Amino acid sequence: MFVQRGSSRSRVAIAGALSMGLVFGLSACGDSKDEEPGTGATSLAAIDCTPYKAFGDLTGKEVSIYTGIVTPEDTPHKESYKPFEQCTGVTVKYEGDKAFETQILVRAEANNAPDVAFVPQPGLLQRLVQTGKVKEAPAEVAANVDKFWGADWKEYGSVGGKFYAAPLGASVKSLVWFSPKEFKDSGYAEPKTLADLKALTDKMVADGKKPWCAGINSGEATGWPLTDWMEDFMLRLSGPETYDKWLKHEIPFNGPEATKALDAVGEYLKNDKYVNGGYGDVKSIASTTFQDGGLPILEGQCSLHRQASFYAANFPKTAKVGPDGDVFAFYLPGETADSAPVLGGGEFVAAFADRPEVKAFQTYLSSDTWANVKAKVSAGWVTANKGLDPANLQNPVDKLSAEILLNPKATFRFDASDLMPAAVGQNTFWKQTTAWLTGQDTKTTLDKIEASWPK
Amino acid sequence: MTTEAPLTTAPVGGAVKKVTTPAAAAKKKLSSPWASLAAIVIAVLWTVPTFGLLVTSFRPEADIKKTGWWTFFSNPLVTFENYEAVFGAEEGVNLADYFLNSLIITIPSVIIPLFLASLAAYAFAWMNFPGKNLLFIVIFALQIVPLQVTLIPLLTFFVDAGLAGTFWTVWLAHSTFALPLAIYLLHNFIKEVPSSLIEAARIDGAGHVSIFFRVLLPLLTPALAAFGIFQFLWVWNDLLVALTFTGPQISPITVQLSNMTGTRGTAWYLLSAGAFVSMVVPVTVFLLLQRYFVRGLLAGSVKG
Amino acid sequence: MFTTASTTSDKLLQMVAAILLFAAIIGLILFIASRFTGKSDRAVAALYLAPVVVMLSVGLLYPGLRTVYQSFLDASLQNFVGFDNYQRIIEDPEQRLVLRNTFFWVLVTPFAATGIGLLYAILVDKARGEAFAKALIFLPMSISGVAATVIWKFMYEYRPDQSNIKQIGVINQIIVLFGGKPQQLLIDSPLNTFLLIAIMIWIQAGFAMTVLSAAIKAIPDDIVEAARLDGVTPWGMFRFVTVPAIRPALVVVLTTIAIGTLKVFDIVQTMTGGRFDTSVIANEFYSQAIRTGDRGFGAALAVVLFVLVIPIVVYNIRQLRRSEA
Repeated sequence: MFVQRGSSRSRVAIAGALSMGLVFGLSACGDSKDEEPGTGATSLAAIDCTPYKAFGDLTGKEVSIYTGIVTPEDTPHKESYKPFEQCTGVTVKYEGDKAFETQILVRAEANNAPDVAFVPQPGLLQRLVQTGKVKEAPAEVAANVDKFWGADWKEYGSVGGKFYAAPLGASVKSLVWFSPKEFKDSGYAEPKTLADLKALTDKMVADGKKPWCAGINSGEATGWPLTDWMEDFMLRLSGPETYDKWLKHEIPFNGPEATKALDAVGEYLKNDKYVNGGYGDVKSIASTTFQDGGLPILEGQCSLHRQASFYAANFPKTAKVGPDGDVFAFYLPGETADSAPVLGGGEFVAAFADRPEVKAFQTYLSSDTWANVKAKVSAGWVTANKGLDPANLQNPVDKLSAEILLNPKATFRFDASDLMPAAVGQNTFWKQTTAWLTGQDTKTTLDKIEASWPK
Repeated sequence: MTTEAPLTTAPVGGAVKKVTTPAAAAKKKLSSPWASLAAIVIAVLWTVPTFGLLVTSFRPEADIKKTGWWTFFSNPLVTFENYEAVFGAEEGVNLADYFLNSLIITIPSVIIPLFLASLAAYAFAWMNFPGKNLLFIVIFALQIVPLQVTLIPLLTFFVDAGLAGTFWTVWLAHSTFALPLAIYLLHNFIKEVPSSLIEAARIDGAGHVSIFFRVLLPLLTPALAAFGIFQFLWVWNDLLVALTFTGPQISPITVQLSNMTGTRGTAWYLLSAGAFVSMVVPVTVFLLLQRYFVRGLLAGSVKG
Repeated sequence: MFTTASTTSDKLLQMVAAILLFAAIIGLILFIASRFTGKSDRAVAALYLAPVVVMLSVGLLYPGLRTVYQSFLDASLQNFVGFDNYQRIIEDPEQRLVLRNTFFWVLVTPFAATGIGLLYAILVDKARGEAFAKALIFLPMSISGVAATVIWKFMYEYRPDQSNIKQIGVINQIIVLFGGKPQQLLIDSPLNTFLLIAIMIWIQAGFAMTVLSAAIKAIPDDIVEAARLDGVTPWGMFRFVTVPAIRPALVVVLTTIAIGTLKVFDIVQTMTGGRFDTSVIANEFYSQAIRTGDRGFGAALAVVLFVLVIPIVVYNIRQLRRSEA
C-alpha cells in the first residue's frame, strides 16, 4: 500500500499527497549546493538565459538564504534557483530551520544575518526592520512588485512607508476540506453562501453525522487555527474595511464586530452537535494537533474541515487529493454569493545585504520568470504573482488556490494575527481563543486580548 | 577509617563481594519478593514509554496514526521504511554527516569544561585566596541563567571575533554553559578527599601543580568520567545551542531531527525512527563507561 | 583553522587542532603555576581560575547582569519602567498561575525523582543483572527532547469513546480496559501539570539513581558491619546509616535536579505550549522574550528564576560550611 521507497521518486512521495506523480523534475535533483551549476537542472532542460542577461555575470558569487521552509518543501525551492544559478554563475546557499521565526531575530540582532530571509509574517518583518539590519528593496524589485502584485501585497512588505520585502509564496486560508465521494454519494452541494454552509451542516447533522472536525494544538503556537477561523468570519460578517481597522486597532479588539465574529465561530466549533467528528466533543479540538485535525475525513468520521491550502501535505501519501479524489477543498463562501473575501498568508523576501548578486537574486524571486519556474517544480505551492500561468501549477489544490487568489473579484486580506503586534498576534490571541474553546466566554476572551494590546 | 578502600571497590557487574551493605539490609526488610516486585514495577514503568517508541518506529505510517502501538502484537506488521527514510540521502536527510557533526561538537565540549572545571574546583577546595566563597557562590548561582538570555550577546561576540558559523562557537558555548555545574559537582568530590593526603604531599614539598597531577587527578579521573557522561548526553541531545550557533554544514543530528518533521507536519513515523538512531550513541557510551562511572562517584563519598 | 569546516577531514582536523590548542593553553597555565612555589596560594589560584572566570564572565555573567538591567525596561528595551514588569508578574492572575505551576514543579520533581532513584538504587543493589536494570532507568536520560515528545505523545494521546476509534495513548487505553471513559489528559488543570512533571521525573530519576547508587556502594563496610552487630533494624540501617552516609550525594542530586527543573521549558512548550494553565516561568520567559518580543517582561521573568534559586544556593552553602566545620 505504500509507495516503493528507495526509488528516486521517494522524495516526491514524501512531498506528500500533493505530488500525485506529477512532479517529474524532482527525481534528478540532488542538493543544489553540492552541484556545479548546470548539472542538476535536467528537468529544466534547454534553459533560455535571455531573461537573466540583465543580471550580468556574477560567477563565483554566493547568496545565502535562511528560511523556515524545511524538508521536503525545500527541494522545489532549491530546484527553482537552478536557472538563475546556471545563467548568472551565482551559488545559492540554502538553510532551512524549523525554528526560523525565533532564530532569525537572534541572528539579525547579533549581526549574523543571512543575505536573504523568507519571512512568513509581516509582523516579524517589522521587528526585523526595527533591528536596523534589513535593507530596503532595490528599485528593480519594487518595479516587479508594482507590476505583478496588487498594492495590498506591496503594503504587507513595507514598514513605515518604506518598501523592504517582495512577496514570495502565498497560501489561501479560506478553504474547507471535504470528501468529494461523500458529497456525491449523499447529494451534498458545495455551499455558495454562509447560510448555505449552515444549512449543509444541519443537513449532515440530520443525516446522523458530526460534520466538522478541527484541531488547534500546535506546540507553543497552539490556538492559531482558531484565530484563522475568527478572522475569516470577521472578514465575512463585517467586511474588509472593518477588518483592516480591527487589525490596526483603530477599533477595539473587543468591539461588537469581533464579538459577532467569534460568536459565529462558536456556533460551529463550540457546538457539540457539529464537532468534533472523529475526535469527540468540543474540548477535544484543543487536544488534537492541527496536523491531525482533518484526517477523519478520510475515515468518513467527519465531513468538513476548515484549513489552509498547505494542509494538503498532511494527508497520507495514499490519499488522493483532487476533485475526483479522496479529499479536496472548496472555497469558504462569503456572506452572499457575489462577495469573495479571501483570507491568506504568505512569505516575504527580506535582504540583509545589498551586494549586486543579492539584489539580482531578489529581483529574480520577484519576477514572473521565477514564479513559473517554481510552479513547474512544486506541489503544494502557489503565489499571488499575476505573472503566474496557472497552467504551470501541478496539483488541483494549487490550481484552486491560484484561481481564488487571481480572481479579480476577490478581496484578499492577510492573516490579521500575522499583522498585529506580536504580544497579541503571537501570544494572547492564540492563548485566549484556546481558553475560549475550553470554556471561557466570548466577552472575557475578547476583553483579555484587548487588555494585552501594547499601549 | 582508611580512604583507599572505597576508592578501589569493585565496579558493579563484576565479581561483587558478598557483604551486607545498608542497602542490602534495607532491601531485606522489604523482603525479597516484594523488593523484586517493586523493582520490576519501576523498571517496567520507566521502560514502557521508550519501548512504545521502539515498536512505533517499525510500524507503517498509517497504522501509527490510527491504532496504538500495542496492537502491533496482535497484528505484527513490520516495516523498515521509516529507517530507510531516515537514512536515505534522498529525503535530504543524510544522517551520517550529521552524526559526524554531533561527535565533533560533543568531544571537545566534554573535554574542555572537564579540565577547566577540575582546575577551578581544586582551587576552590584546597587553596586560600580572598573572595573565595563569594566567587564560588556566584559561579554556583550562574547555573540558573537561562541559556536564552545568553544567545544574543554570545553570538554577537562570536561574530565580532570572526568565529560565526564554525565549530568554535558551539565548543566555547557548551564549555561555558557546563562550567558552573561541573565546578559545583567536582568541588563536592574534591573537597571530600582527605586533607591528610594533600598535607602529606605538601610536607614532601609538592606544589599545587604536582599535587593536582600526582595526588588529585588519579583520585578524580573516575569522577571526571562520571561527569563526562552527563556532559556528553547533554551536549549530544542539545538543540537550542546548536540552533543558534551552527550553520547547515556543521549542525548536529538533533537539528536535523527537528527539521525532518517537515515545514508544517508532524511526521511521527520519521521522528520515531530518527529518535532511535540518535539514541544509539549516548546509550552505548553509558553502557561502556558505566563501570568507570560508578567508581568515579565513589570518590565523592569517601568520608562516610 | 577558524573557518567553517566543510569536509570530513577538515572537521576532524579542526577538532584535533582545537583539543591541542586547549592542551597547550592548559600546559602554559600549569607551567607558569609551577614557577610559583611560595606560601601564598593567590597567584596559583588566579591562574587556575582565570580561564573559567573569563569564560563565565563573557558567556553567563554579562548576559545575566544585562538581563537584570533589561528587566527594568519596557518591551522594546527603550524606556525605563521601574518595577512595572515585576508588578505585573505578581498582579496578573495568569502570571500568578505560572508562579504556582513553577512551585509545583520545583517542589515535586526533585523529591520524587530522587526518592524513586534512591529506592530503585537500593532495590537493585547487588541484584543479578544490576547493570542492565540500571541501564533501563538511565535510558530516558539519553533521549533528546524531540524524542521525548514523541514518546509521551503515545502515552497521553486522547481518542474519543467511539466504537470505530481506537486509543493510541497508553494511559487512555488502560483507562478504557478497566471500563472507564477516555480522558483528555493534557487539558484539565491542574492534573495536566502533574502529568508534565511526570515526564521530568521520568528523565531525572536515572540521574538520581546512578549517583546515589554509587554513593551507596561507597559506604565503608566496617560501618555497616558495626551497625549490624549492634542489632540495628533494616529501617534503622537506612535511616541512621545509609542516609547520613550518602547525605552529600543526596544534596548534590536534589540541587542539580531542582535547578534543572526550574529551567525546564521544552517539555511544557512541546506538550501543551503552556496552554491549559500549564505554563512555567522558563516557558513564559521564552514565550514573552523571544516569541512575543516583550523583552523587558521576559527579562523580569528570568530574574525571578534567579531569585527562586537563592534558597537552594543558601542551603548548599550552609551544607558546605557544615562539612568544613
